[in-house]
Amino acid sequence: MRYLPHTQEEINDMLGVVGVSSLDDLFKPIPDDCCRSNELSFPGPMSEWELNAHMDSLSNDISADPDFKIYLGAGSYEHYIPSFIPYLVGRSEFATAYTPYQPEISQGTLQAIYEYQTLTARLLGMDISNASLYDGAMALAEAMLMAVRVTRRKKIAVSNLIHPHYRRVLQTYFAPTDYEIIELNGKGNGQTELEAIDGMDDLAAVAVQSPNFFGCVEDLQSIAEKAHAQKALLVTCFSEALAYGLFKNPGSLGADIACGEGQSLGIPRSYGGPGLGILACKDKFMRNIPGRLVGQTKDLNGRRGFVLTLATREQHIRREKATSNICTNNSLCAVTAAMYMATLGNKGMQALSRLNYNKTEYLKQSLKNAGANIPFESPTFNEFVVEFPLGFEKKYKGLLDRKIIAGLSLEPYYPEYKSHYLLAVTETKTRKDLDAFVKEVVS
Amino acid sequence: MNDNIKQGATGLIMNEPLLWEKGKKGRIGFSLPEADVDAYPLDESLVGHGPDFPDLSEVDVVRHYTCLSQWNFGVDTGMYPLGSCTMKYNPKTNERQAALPGFANAHPLLPQEMAQGVLKMIYDLERCLADITGLDAVTVQPTAGAHGELCGMLIFDSYHKSRGEKRSKIIVPDTAHGTNPASAALCEMKPVAVKSNENGILEPERIAAIMDEDTAGIMVTNPNTLGLFEENIKAIAGIVHGKGGLVYGDGANMNAVMGIVDMGRIGIDVLHLNLHKTFSTPHGGGGPGTGPVCVKKHLEPFLPIPRVIKQDEMYALREDFPQSIGRLHAFYGNVGVMLKAYSYILSMGPENLKKVSQLAVLNANYIKEKLKSTFHLAYDRPCMHECVFSDKIQQANKISTLDVAKRLMDYGFHPPTIYFPLVVNGAIMVEPTETECREDIDRFIEAMKAVAKEAEQNPDLLRNAPVTPKLNRLDETSAARKPCLTG
Repeated sequence: MRYLPHTQEEINDMLGVVGVSSLDDLFKPIPDDCCRSNELSFPGPMSEWELNAHMDSLSNDISADPDFKIYLGAGSYEHYIPSFIPYLVGRSEFATAYTPYQPEISQGTLQAIYEYQTLTARLLGMDISNASLYDGAMALAEAMLMAVRVTRRKKIAVSNLIHPHYRRVLQTYFAPTDYEIIELNGKGNGQTELEAIDGMDDLAAVAVQSPNFFGCVEDLQSIAEKAHAQKALLVTCFSEALAYGLFKNPGSLGADIACGEGQSLGIPRSYGGPGLGILACKDKFMRNIPGRLVGQTKDLNGRRGFVLTLATREQHIRREKATSNICTNNSLCAVTAAMYMATLGNKGMQALSRLNYNKTEYLKQSLKNAGANIPFESPTFNEFVVEFPLGFEKKYKGLLDRKIIAGLSLEPYYPEYKSHYLLAVTETKTRKDLDAFVKEVVS
Repeated sequence: MNDNIKQGATGLIMNEPLLWEKGKKGRIGFSLPEADVDAYPLDESLVGHGPDFPDLSEVDVVRHYTCLSQWNFGVDTGMYPLGSCTMKYNPKTNERQAALPGFANAHPLLPQEMAQGVLKMIYDLERCLADITGLDAVTVQPTAGAHGELCGMLIFDSYHKSRGEKRSKIIVPDTAHGTNPASAALCEMKPVAVKSNENGILEPERIAAIMDEDTAGIMVTNPNTLGLFEENIKAIAGIVHGKGGLVYGDGANMNAVMGIVDMGRIGIDVLHLNLHKTFSTPHGGGGPGTGPVCVKKHLEPFLPIPRVIKQDEMYALREDFPQSIGRLHAFYGNVGVMLKAYSYILSMGPENLKKVSQLAVLNANYIKEKLKSTFHLAYDRPCMHECVFSDKIQQANKISTLDVAKRLMDYGFHPPTIYFPLVVNGAIMVEPTETECREDIDRFIEAMKAVAKEAEQNPDLLRNAPVTPKLNRLDETSAARKPCLTG
């Protein structure tokens, strides 16, 4: 086996040094009744070429773009990824390193993460960002745990226009605790109704997503004012980070913690993971933020360098008193996102997000003109809800044969929205694609 | 320094500023698609000025990250004997497989009949991991070891609740990873510490003395973080089960016992694995990883949803498991990582996977024997995949584990794990893994001996180390005192 370098002669020599006579004897400390009574029986070994053929056949058994025209978003977005980005991220000095516990020989990872933290904070209008969490859903859960820690209050109010899967993960994290989750409903315009929090005592935080699950941009400034009037924090969530190339960032509108998913920033969809959990906040919460943080410092000769810092918040020092249990995070995905943000720059972020907006509006208007109902009037970014005539489901299935996936049916998540579909349009769709789509769905 | 041993050398390393210290306003590194639709109006009060990012060209970005990468040490650079982290070689074919367009471009909400290839992979991987651990059912949804632990503790909590109980404590040995108590605390269970005995392992009597009906169970790492097999595990599991508790296995050290130990047979109810350790997926400088959780049959109903099931040769995602702890991830976990581990498992096959553990244990015992007269060996017993030394001998010259670690860099090695486990003062925890060949291991041994000699003859060489990397020792104290987290 090409990954196992030992020759039989070396094995024999080394066994001699250890003082045992066979490889099996190395396991003598293990009592017999702890050992397997059968041999492993999964398939293999495969040669590299057999493996290629096997994996090619699995990969070919998946419907993906560009062969298919896919209008699914809902937390995972099709964006162009410049080919040099996977090439750079794949450099094995980045990919095959461990968490940078030894800073002198990890400056590459450390500077790259420091730059990620900086660009992320700037994107969201926040003071600081951590080095990454697992995904957007976990980022929301950690943000809310952080909010109850900071405020020492017991209730959290969560918009039901936050991605349903994120809310489900939040529930999982909160299930063993006695904190109370209050759900905030949507309004007719596609934004969150805040009335329920008026006069609510013991409220730690209000969480909303913007753009929300229906693609609508929330009025963060008013929500911030309402939350702050109760001395609660505003936690803003997002599943499409690119929106902040166009829209005002959550920090400038009063958010205390911003959290969400960074997959849009140069990371392939990969059937939902790995993505990038982003968590950023205002300076005053620095010692309560979970996860790794990279900070700037100097070496013995006064040269600029970077280290993991504020480790006293973390599990390996504080154990059960840590701000989180997280250890391994999604570091390489954070580096990928930083590369992507650097590649776009200010100019590219603005232009690309504007393009997403315009193409989405083009489809929205075209569908409207063709007679489809757009139920929510609030501004959207690159996703919106359309109501098709009842029975559209049959057409949806027919379109699959024509290699078009006409978005996501909302009904399984919101039973009241029958025949409502969430459509996503990014820069990857051409006007021709969009015209063909309209023609197909209204025909 | 003995130049025959030393591989660390100086070379042409570039200085490279921070991203925003480069570039020119108006540059771009991205190929913007044509604007083939009209511009639509938008309420200008909603529009921002775009993030304050530098404007760079493609070449600027490529050079920047190429320079940065050269300041890093990875497994592909050299031996990385970081104990408890299993820094084995990360096969390149795995990268090819995970990047195949069907996988990389798969949208997670595709109609299931259009995602059969990836669902089959998840299903098969779960079956492989069940076989390897000897447990019955598996979820690959947790995205890291600590996420797996949280999943396990939520299963504990839900299991006890299903029996009408809320248990408030959990037994965690003093040798455990810090993630263990932190994960338990997230589930509002109070960790109760238990000390290992003079041989570095757990004593059934000590467990019996603290196990009670308010204790949810025990978290055991086996082999433990001293690299020793917990020989009394069956008796301990019996005690815990006798009081209605469950046994959690931290499988971070599974690389030692694949094809050898049956985790079900030794009494483990719930076990997490680390695909980014045992199953060769690259660690990425801190993730992404994957922390699958394997359980015995009676705990299967509690596994997170959705689950991948097989029905009439078709694969499907199902959520109708009313006792499930719920979702842990927005979608199904780190599929890109699963693909690499799956490729590794199929490349190895059953026989080679067992050989992995045999050679990992051989390498560790070989290092232990060769170095135990140079460095104090905390527990002089046959070890599994790692061995733990300390700086006890070097302390006579006021040389600490940190100094030894930093000096090893000058010889061209990544240092071992240091100051962990906490039960050994000044611990130096060495895990060579099976993919290191004998010459490299011998060179590591010689480097450790050379450093020990320097500690006696010229200790300042260690105190001032490292001198070969781009930077010398970094001031971590002032970094924490006056944090500067963004530029």
